[in-house]
Amino acid sequence: MKEGIISKEYVIPANDFAVAGEASSNVKKILIQLGVEPQAIKKTAVSMYEAEMNVVIHAGGGRAFVEIDEEKILIKIKDDGPGIPDIDLAMQEGYSTASDEIREKGFGAGMGLPNIKKYSDIFNITSQIGKGTLLEITVFFKVKEFIKI
Amino acid sequence: MKVEEFAKHFEMNVLTSEETLNKEITGMYICDLLSLVMSKAKKGDAWITVHTHLNIVAVALLAELPCIIIPEGISVEEATVNKASEEGVAILSTNKDSFKVACEAGKLL
Repeated sequence: MKEGIISKEYVIPANDFAVAGEASSNVKKILIQLGVEPQAIKKTAVSMYEAEMNVVIHAGGGRAFVEIDEEKILIKIKDDGPGIPDIDLAMQEGYSTASDEIREKGFGAGMGLPNIKKYSDIFNITSQIGKGTLLEITVFFKVKEFIKI
Repeated sequence: MKVEEFAKHFEMNVLTSEETLNKEITGMYICDLLSLVMSKAKKGDAWITVHTHLNIVAVALLAELPCIIIPEGISVEEATVNKASEEGVAILSTNKDSFKVACEAGKLL
């Protein structure tokens, strides 16, 4: 591990709504402890939770890799799911392939990926059919002097 | 207004532990779409939803919502109540519908 960087790795289980959100909740706690400003914490928590739920719902689970330094947080969410055939379409608000069961839980309204894009400062998505999807989310911190890693 | 005071004032049933009742309610948000709640609800809002599954606790935590109000006498799963107690999020239950709760709360908040 490089000096000045906090690295974390989380397993995101498939279809397990009982533990869904634990990785983003844990990251949020770390950022609070580091004294990161509330706006950056909210941006991180919302974008990571949405990404986590996508992996739970659509991809049969995956992994989250998190790196925090004095300027930013970088979150990589990787899954080995079916992949996204049309990323532009998936990025459109309101487009969703979620089942009725998922929709009944209050998810699947096609807001996940647009929300991630909206709340991250840098957002990259790459996907291969049959191989999986990788999301890279970066949120920059404004108040650097409070963060001592 | 503290969650405890709010629950007493509106005669709501407190489902979670006493430790969840100390936080301050500063507003209210009503929505059943979790993405929208995370995106739009403000810190300190009491949240009215008909969802009762475990993820409402995660959403309330991420959005820093002090309490979840379940309207219309809808029963709440035990696992959700336990998780909320553990995480310090209050769950209040009422027989009133969301409109009635919001109208009444609007006079106080």
